[in-house]
Amino acid sequence: MGLLSLAIWMPIAFGVLLLALGRDEQARSVRWIALIGAVASFLVTLPLYDGFKLGTAAMQFVEKTSWIERFNVNYHLGVDGISLWFVLLTAFINVVVVIAGWEVITRRVNQYMGAFLILSGLMIGVFSALDGLLFYVFFEATLIPMYLIIGIWGGPNKIYAAFKFFLYTLLGSLLMLIALIFLYTKSGGSFDLATWYKLPLGGTTQTLLFFAFFAAFAVKVPMWPVHTWLPDVHVEAPTGGSAVLAAIMLKLGAYGFLRFSMPIAPDAAREWAWLMVALSLIAVIYVGLVALVQQDMKKLVAYSSVAHMGFVTLGFFIFNDLGVSGGLVQMIAHGFVSGAMFLSIGVLYDRVHSREIASYGGVVNTMPKFTAFALFFAMANCGLPATAGFVGEWMVILGAVKFNFWIGMAAASALIFGAAYTLWMFKRVYLGPVANDDVKSLTDINGREFLMLALLAVAVLYMGIYPKPFTDVMGTSVTELLKHVAMSKLN
Amino acid sequence: MIDKLSWIAVYPEIVLLVMACVILLVDLSVKSARRNVTYVLTLLTLALVAFLSALYADAGTTLYGFGNMVVSDPMGNWLKCFAAVAVMVTLVYGRPYAADRDMLRGGEMFTLSLFALLGMFTMISGNNFLIIYMGLELLTLSSYALVALRRDNAIATEAAMKYFVLGALASGFLLYGLSMMYGATGSLDVNDVARAIATGQIKHQVLVFGLVFVVAGLAFKLGVVPFHMWIPDVYQGAPTAITLMIGGAPKLAAFAIVIRLLVEGMLPLAIDWQQMLMVLAVGSLLVGNLAAIAQTNLKRMLAFSTISQMGFVLLGLMSGVINGNTMSSADAYGSSMFYVVTYVLTTLASFGVIMLLARDGFESEEIADFAGLNQRSPLYAAVMAICLFSLAGIPPMVGFYAKLSVLQALVASGQVFHLGLAVFAVMMSLVGAFYYLRVVKVMYFDEPTNAHVVSASTDVRVVLSVNGLLVLILGLVPGGLMSLCAHAIAQMMAP
Repeated sequence: MGLLSLAIWMPIAFGVLLLALGRDEQARSVRWIALIGAVASFLVTLPLYDGFKLGTAAMQFVEKTSWIERFNVNYHLGVDGISLWFVLLTAFINVVVVIAGWEVITRRVNQYMGAFLILSGLMIGVFSALDGLLFYVFFEATLIPMYLIIGIWGGPNKIYAAFKFFLYTLLGSLLMLIALIFLYTKSGGSFDLATWYKLPLGGTTQTLLFFAFFAAFAVKVPMWPVHTWLPDVHVEAPTGGSAVLAAIMLKLGAYGFLRFSMPIAPDAAREWAWLMVALSLIAVIYVGLVALVQQDMKKLVAYSSVAHMGFVTLGFFIFNDLGVSGGLVQMIAHGFVSGAMFLSIGVLYDRVHSREIASYGGVVNTMPKFTAFALFFAMANCGLPATAGFVGEWMVILGAVKFNFWIGMAAASALIFGAAYTLWMFKRVYLGPVANDDVKSLTDINGREFLMLALLAVAVLYMGIYPKPFTDVMGTSVTELLKHVAMSKLN
Repeated sequence: MIDKLSWIAVYPEIVLLVMACVILLVDLSVKSARRNVTYVLTLLTLALVAFLSALYADAGTTLYGFGNMVVSDPMGNWLKCFAAVAVMVTLVYGRPYAADRDMLRGGEMFTLSLFALLGMFTMISGNNFLIIYMGLELLTLSSYALVALRRDNAIATEAAMKYFVLGALASGFLLYGLSMMYGATGSLDVNDVARAIATGQIKHQVLVFGLVFVVAGLAFKLGVVPFHMWIPDVYQGAPTAITLMIGGAPKLAAFAIVIRLLVEGMLPLAIDWQQMLMVLAVGSLLVGNLAAIAQTNLKRMLAFSTISQMGFVLLGLMSGVINGNTMSSADAYGSSMFYVVTYVLTTLASFGVIMLLARDGFESEEIADFAGLNQRSPLYAAVMAICLFSLAGIPPMVGFYAKLSVLQALVASGQVFHLGLAVFAVMMSLVGAFYYLRVVKVMYFDEPTNAHVVSASTDVRVVLSVNGLLVLILGLVPGGLMSLCAHAIAQMMAP
C-alpha cells in the first residue's frame, strides 16, 4: 500500500471504527481513539514531503491499479507540487479540529469524530486523484459527512444550512459529471487526466467544458455571485465544521481550476480569463465591503473567506508564475488563518453562546492569553508581513501588476478593506472596557485550546517568515502548468 | 421436438414448480404461528434455484428448448438468480411483519411468492410471445392475491382492486399489441418476428400500430409516466412486505421482457420505440421527482421515486441504436440492466428498514415516524441513509455508478439532443436529492418522538446489514457487477 493510499484510508478506517464501536458512555476513549487516528494520519503524510523530489513537474508517489474495468477507470493517485501541500494541510487541520471538538461535543461523539476523520480522508483523496472519475467520487462523497456535521451539530437554522450546502454544491458537480462523461467519450474511453490534457478540443467544446467545470468549482470556491451559500452555512455549522469548510473544502474548488479547467480547456480559460478576473475583483472589493457591515462574527469571517479566495482565483487567471504560485500560497495560508479565525470564534461561542459582535467588548480584560492569539490571527487575516497571510497576497498583487497595472492596483487597494473589517471587529470584540456580565465572567483558554491555537499560530508564523519550503515545492509544477496552458489545444 | 436439451433449459423452473407444489402440501400440516417449516423450506428452495441459475449463467451457454419457445442465456439466468435472491430477502424481511398482521394464518404468502417467482422465471426465459404473456399473467395473478392477503384491511383490499383493474388493462394492451405483431409477421417466435421485420416486406404502419400497444403494456408493467397511476396507490396500500414483493424482483422480470420483446424481437423498429421510450423517460423523470417532493408517506414517496428511477432505466434503453447503428447498443442495455439490478438491491434494504420499524400492527410508513432513528438505532439509520444516498446517486454508493453508466450511454451517442437529455436527467436527480435528503434529515437531525428501541430477529438483522453494506461495497468496487451485466447483454446481442 502506497503512502497516498495510507494517507487516504487510514483516517477513513479510524472513522469507520469509531462509527462502529463508539457509544456516548465511552466518550473519553472515543476522543482518544479519534486523536490517535488523526495524529497517525497526519504522521503518514510527512514522508510525502520528505520524499518529494524538487525540480520535476512529474507526478510522484504514483499508484495505479485498475478499478472499474468496464469504464477503464483506474485507482490512480499521485501528487505534484500543486497538490502536495494540500494533502499535508488537510491532515494537519484534521488534528486541530479533533482537538477543537474535544469537550465541546458531548452528544454522539463517535459520529462527530468519525465524520471528520472520514471527511479528511476523502478530501486527501480529492487532492491526490489523477483519474477523473476517482476525483469525482471523492469530491462528491465529501458532501455526505459535511451534510451530517452541519445538520446534526449545527446551530438553530442548521437544517436550512445543511440543505443549502448540499444542493447548491451538488448542482454544480452534476454539470461537471456530464463534462467528465463527455471527455471520457471524446477521448475514446479514458478517465485519465494526463490523456485529457493532451486531447485536442474545438473552441465551442472547450467553452462548454470550461463552464461545466466552472459550475462545480466556482460554487465550491465560492466565487461571486455564487457565494451566497457560504455565509449561511458557516453561521450554522459547528465550529469544527466551519474550520474544515473554510480551511480545506473551499480549496477543493480552487484546486479544481488548476487540475481541470485550465489544462483541459486552456483556450477557453484564456478566452474567458477576463470574466474570471472580473468576478475575482468583485469578490475582493465588493465582498470585502459586505464583510465590513456584518454584525455576526462568523458571517464576517465567511465573507472575508470569499474575498480571500478572490485573490486566489485572481492569481490563477492572470497566467503568470507569481500569480499562480501566489494563489496557491494564499490557499495554504488561508487554510491556516481562516481555520484559526473560526476556532477563535468557537472559543468565544462555547463560553457566551453568541456570535454577535455586539454581545462582546473588552474581552482582553478577562482573556488576555486568548486575545493575544486572536490579535495575531487578525493580523494574519489582514495580511501583515511576517504572517502567512502576507506572502500569498503580495505575490498575487505583484503578479497582477505585471499583468495589468490597474488590476494590480484594484487588488492592492482591497487589502485596506481586509484590514478594516478585521481590525474593526477586533476592536469591537476584544478592546475597550468590559461590556457586560457575560464578558466579565469569561475564563481564559485552557491547555487544550491553547494547544490548538498554538499549533496554528506556529504554522502561520513559520509560513510568514520562511515561505521557501512552500514556494520551492510548487515552482516547477506551476511553470509546467503555465507552459501547458499557453499552448493551444484547438484542432 | 421435446429432447433432453429442452429439459435442461428449464431445469430451474421445474425445480421451482415442483417445490412450490410440495411446499403447498407440506404447509397444510404446519401448525406453528410463524410457519417455520414452510419458511425454511421456501428459503432453501429459493437458494437452490438461485444457485442453479447462477451455475447456468456462469457456464455462459445459450440453450433453446421446446422448439425455441424458451431460451436460457446468461442474461436471463443472471436475472433469474437475482430475482430468486430478491424474493428470498423479501421473505426474510416480510415474515415477522406478516406474522404481526395475521397474514401467516396459512402459508399462502410463501407459495404465492414462489408462484410469482415462477411467473418471473417464465417471463425471463420466454422466447415466444405466448410464453412471455403466460409468465406475466402468472406473476400478476399471484401478485393480486398477495396484495389482497390482508383481506380484512380496507386499504389493502382497495389497492388490490386497483392493481387488478389496471393490471388487467395493461395485460390487455400487451396482448393486443402482440396479436397485432403476430398478424403482421405470422409468427409468435421472438427471433422469427425479428427476422420477418428485418426483411422490410411488412408494412411499417401495421408494425408500429402493434408496437404502440406493446410499449404501452410494458410501460404499465414498469410503471412509467403516463401509465404510472397504479404505482403510488398500490405501493402505499399494500402491506409493506407485499409492496416489496411487487416493487423488487418483478422489476428484473419486467426489464427482461422489455429486452426480449423490444430488443430481441423488434430491434429493426428501434427508431420507433426509442422515441416512445424517450417520451416515457422524460415524463417519468419529471413527474416522479416532482410528485415525490410533496409526499409525507414514505412508501408513497418511494413509489414516485421508483417512477423516476425507471425513467433512468428507459434512458439507457433508448440510447442503444443511433442512426441504425447498433455498435454501442450492448453497452447501453448493459447499463440499464446494471441500473435495474442495483435499484432492486437498494429497494430491498430500504423497504426492509420500513418493515423493521413497523411493529405490533403499527405501521411506520410516514416520514415523520423515522424521526431520530439515528439515536434509537444507528445501524438501521445508517442502512437507510446508505440506500437513500444511493437512490439519490451520490458516490460512493452503487446508485451513482448506475446513473453514471446510463448517462455515459446517453452521451456516447454523440448527439447534441442526447447530451441535453443527460443534463435534464441530472437536473432531475438534483430534485430527487432533495426529497431523499429530507428523509436523512428526519432520521439524523430531528429528535426522536418515541424511545422505542428497534429490535429484530437475527436473520433479519444479518440480512439487512449485509444488504445495506452491499449497496456501499458495490459502490466501492462496482467493476464486477458492471462487467457481468455488460457481458450478459453482449452475449445476448451477439448474432
